[in-house]
Formats: sequence, structure tokens, C-alpha cells
Amino acid sequence: MIELINIKKTFNAGRPNEFSAINGVSLSIEANKVTVFKGPSGSGKTTLLSIIGCMTRPTSGRIMLADREVTSLPERFLTGIRRKTFGFIFQQFNLIKGITALENVMLPAYPMGEAYYPLKKRALETLDMFNISNKALSKVEWLSGGETQRIAIARALINIPSVIIADEPTAHLDTKLSHEFMDIISMLKGEGKTILIASHDPLVYESDVVDRIINIRDGMVAEWV
Amino acid sequence: MSYIDKHRNLIDFTLSSLLRRKGKNIALILVYTLVVFILSSVMFFTHAIKKEASIILKDAPEMVVQRVVAGRHDLIPIRYIEKIKGIRGIGLPNARLWGYYFDPIAGANYTLIVPDDFQYGQGDIAIGKGISRSRLAYEGDIMPFMAYDGALINLRIRNVLSPESELVSSDLILISENDFRRIFGISKEYATDLTVKVRNQREINTIVRKITEIYPDTRVITKNEILRTYDAVFNWRGGIVIVIMSGAVMAFIVFAWDKASGLSAEEKKEIGILKAIGWETSDVILMKFWEGAVVSVTSFIAGIILAYFHVFFASSSLFEPVLKGWSVLYPEFKLTPFIDPYQVSTLFFLTVVPYTVATIIPSWRAATIDPDSVMR
Ligand SMILES: Nc1ncnc2c1ncn2[C@@H]1O[C@H](COP(=O)(O)OP(=O)(O)OP(=O)(O)O)[C@@H](O)[C@H]1O
Ligand SMILES: [Mg+2]
Repeated sequence: MIELINIKKTFNAGRPNEFSAINGVSLSIEANKVTVFKGPSGSGKTTLLSIIGCMTRPTSGRIMLADREVTSLPERFLTGIRRKTFGFIFQQFNLIKGITALENVMLPAYPMGEAYYPLKKRALETLDMFNISNKALSKVEWLSGGETQRIAIARALINIPSVIIADEPTAHLDTKLSHEFMDIISMLKGEGKTILIASHDPLVYESDVVDRIINIRDGMVAEWV
Repeated sequence: MSYIDKHRNLIDFTLSSLLRRKGKNIALILVYTLVVFILSSVMFFTHAIKKEASIILKDAPEMVVQRVVAGRHDLIPIRYIEKIKGIRGIGLPNARLWGYYFDPIAGANYTLIVPDDFQYGQGDIAIGKGISRSRLAYEGDIMPFMAYDGALINLRIRNVLSPESELVSSDLILISENDFRRIFGISKEYATDLTVKVRNQREINTIVRKITEIYPDTRVITKNEILRTYDAVFNWRGGIVIVIMSGAVMAFIVFAWDKASGLSAEEKKEIGILKAIGWETSDVILMKFWEGAVVSVTSFIAGIILAYFHVFFASSSLFEPVLKGWSVLYPEFKLTPFIDPYQVSTLFFLTVVPYTVATIIPSWRAATIDPDSVMR
């Protein structure tokens, strides 16, 4: 379970371009559920997700991960928690070009000090799960949109995180691929993962697999659904 | 061992990362290798040649007495020995016969020496490798010499010298006393110079003074003076190359700095991605460290090995005009392979370390950015 207590985030504090992106968000996110953050552009969805995912620190407020306060931890510990707890799927997928799909999937695990061969085996198994192990040795820039997406998901799963965070995952996908994505989400939910998605795509928030929709407006939670 | 696995994994990624920019990295390694190659060639060469010089001078007498006439080295009367040997603290002075002979066929000067214990008899000679090569003259062949009066003297080659140091022996001819005197027309009463062995090093100055008091027309050259001259000559010659090279090195540093400091937008984005997928700042820096280390250590080792072959097996062919050039007889002379670990590590610290640091620093700045930058 993830708990946010009065989270605020101000960019460029004290400067003329000071901007308050999150204005006091308190939330409790249940484990093993699919939660969608919905809201207009600029409302603070991405900012909130990166705070939850320990990518960036809130200006004030506290985050509890399974009853552990993480906001005040030094960077090294925070990174440690982040990579064990969260798997990220980015809007632009952010795969590293020039290296193979397999290497991309293995990349988040490299600094964890896991032996190469067991890691490679697990990466291949993950690719297999999404029926793209035949593309393991292709360079990522040659892959189709759907393949790229599945590689990005496989990469998010390699460290066996309990929480998957996806920011606008369907923004660059056509309807068919978006449906495929939601099927994968449903499968991951079935495996017990907690899933957080930011999206203003109806195809996402109207999907059956979604348990809860949180509306964000001007950096605040607008209403409960 | 998870620590080792971590490094293995990072190196693995570094290698495939380097392969992505193959052309650029190969060019970089080539330039880098070339710089290390030239620097270490100079280093190996000057060091080895100094060592050769010290081998040559190891058994040399402490002093040489020359007669000077009108400011020039002249033949010395052998009877000078009589008075000099009376000085206390010296061994029996020895009269030496040596000189240069110009061979118009090879276009080269040979050094003719009459050894104290010449193994062969009158009419025989032993020649250096360089002469043997340039004249295609081998054991048993006859070699003609033109005497001072125009007479031709045929001498038989009894041996081709295979010495400790080819530097000295290459143009050397060992000859009997009688043949030497006959070729140059030097009478029995004269020698080229006298050598004097000194028992106590501290008496050298006193003995030099005494000799010049007895024979004011002589000049005494001590071994230390010769050593210093050698040193000066080789340091100077090495110095020229170093100066020329520092230009190349500067170019290399600019090149490396430019490469390292100007992280491309793509590289910065990659660092952001790595951080976003869970790499720590230190992991990114470690990866960049390996990147710099792989490039510089590869080039360093390649440069050193190439230089080693160049200097010790290919006779420093690329530097010949600058570093040698005092005789046409040395085209193939081989130095005894010798590596000074101190010099190699100096070179290592002057090349590998700055390059690796230059790779890390800009990445370090990029690596401290917040990972959320890639989310938008
Ligand atoms: N580093 C930053 N510096 C200044 N302002 C920022 C920064 N990051 C985000 N913002 C601002 O914070 C606000 C919220 O941004 P955020 O990216 O969270 O919105 P979003 O809800 O994800 O929008 P979208 O649906 O368009 O992705 C925006 O107005 C944005 O300009
Ligand atoms: Mg966003």
C-alpha cells in the first residue's frame, strides 16, 4: 500500500518563474489494484507519478511505502527502494538505441550485481511472456511500435517490482495496440502487481480492468470515483 | 560475488555501448594508440641507447691522455709512458692505436682498433656486423684497404663480431698493430693515445693535474666527461622528438577533451534513462569510467606493444633521421630489449588517467540530474 500525506511540489521555488504543480495531495493507493490518474494537460499527473515513484522529491509532505517513510531517505537508499519497488513505462518508452532489445530489458538489473546468465535467462523468459523472444537480438530501433511497447514493459518488469507506473502509455499507440496494452495490464494485475497509470485516454480509464480513477486538477485531487 | 557481477554487467554494457559509435571510437583509439606509440618509442629508444652507452663505457679506462698540437688531437709519443707511470696511484699506462678509415665503396667511415689481445695475426681482421652487411663481406673473404701512400693492402676477414652492443661494434674493424701502422703510416714510436687506470676515484683530479704538469702538450679526458657527453647527446636528441611530439599530444588532449566534455544530447538522454530505470549516479559514473578505461587502456597497451616492436625489432626505423644519423652503418642496428617499469607507469599516468578523468567529469554532471527529466 502506498500512502501520500499532504504532498506539495513547487518548481523553481523563490524565483520569478516559481510554479506550484502539486498543491497538497493526500491519497491512499491500495495494493494489487489498477489506479488511473486522469486530468487535463498540465494538471500535474506526471509530476505526481514521479513523486510516488521516488524519481523526484516532494517539496513537502510524506510518502509511506508499506508503512515505511521514504521521503527523507538519502539518494542511494531511495534509488535502492525505487528499483526494487517500481517498474516504469514511459510515454516515449525511452529505450536505448543501438543496443539489442534483450540488453534493454536487462539494463535496469545491471547495477544490482546479479550474475549475467541467470539475469539473461529471466529477461528471455519475460520477453517470451510477451511473445517477442524472437526479437531479443534485434536492435530496438528496428522494432515496430507494438514490439517497442512490449520491450518497454518487459524492461519495467525485470527487477520484479510490486508496482508498475505507466505515464500516458497509450499516447503513441493506435486503438488495437492500446487494447493490447490494457490486456497486458490486466494480466499483470492478475499476477498481483499494483498498477498506476496517468492517462486522459478514454480507452484506458473506461477499461474494465481499472479499479479506481483519480481526477487531478491544478495539482489537487478533484473528486472520487 | 555480486560486486564482481555488477562490474561485469557494466563492462558488458560499456562494450556494446562503445560498439554503437564504432567509427568514432575506432578513430579515437587509433589516434590515442599513435600518440602512445610515438611517446613510448622515444622513451624506449633513449633509454635503451643510454643503457648501451653505459655498457660501452663500463670497461673503459678512467682517463685517456691525448697529445694536442695546435689545438688538435695528434699522435702521442709512446715514450710519454715512462714519466707518467711514475705517478702514484695509477696502473701501467697503455698505448692505444685506433682511427677512422673512409671506405669509398660503402661511403662510410669505419673505426679501426688495435686490441691489446688481438686473437689473429698480421693480415687478419675481424669486422662488425654493419660492415659485413654493407659490404656483403663474410668470414674468409678478403677486404682491400688503401694505405696512406696509395698501396693496396689485402686483409682476410677472420671473424664477424657478434657483440653485446651493436651500437659500437657495427662499424668496427679489429686489426693487428703492424697492419694498422702500415695503412696509416704511423711509426713505432707513436700511438693514438694513452689510457690510464686509476685505483682511487678521488685521486682523479690530482692525477689529471700531474700529467698535464709533466706534459703540458697533453689533454686528459676522464670517463665521467665522456659519460656526460653521451648523456647530453641522447637527452638532446630525445628532447627534439619530445618537443615535436608535444604538439601531437596537445592535439590529442584537445580531441579527448572535446570528445569527453561535449556529451551529446543523445548521451545525456541516455544517462537520464539509465537513472530513470533505477541506476544510481555512482553506477552511471562507474559505467563512464569503464568506457574511458576501455578506450585508453586498449590504446595504451596497443601503443606500448607497437613501440616495443618498433624500437627493439624494427630498429626504430621511423625515427632514424632524428635520433641517429651519425653513421650510415646503422640501418639495422638492434637495441637490447629493455623496459623501465618506472617510465611505463609514468606514461600510463600521463595518458590513461587524464583521459579517463576527462570522460568521467562531464558524465558526472549529467548523472546528477533528477531521473524524472525523462518522464516529460
Ligand atoms: N521541472 C519543471 N519546472 C517547472 N515547471 C514544471 C516542471 N515540471 C513540470 N512543470 C509544470 O508543472 C505542471 C504539471 O506538469 P505535469 O507534467 O505533471 O502535467 P501533466 O498532468 O502530466 O500534463 P500532461 O497531461 O500534458 O502530460 C505543468 O504546468 C508543467 O509546466
Ligand atoms: Mg504528463
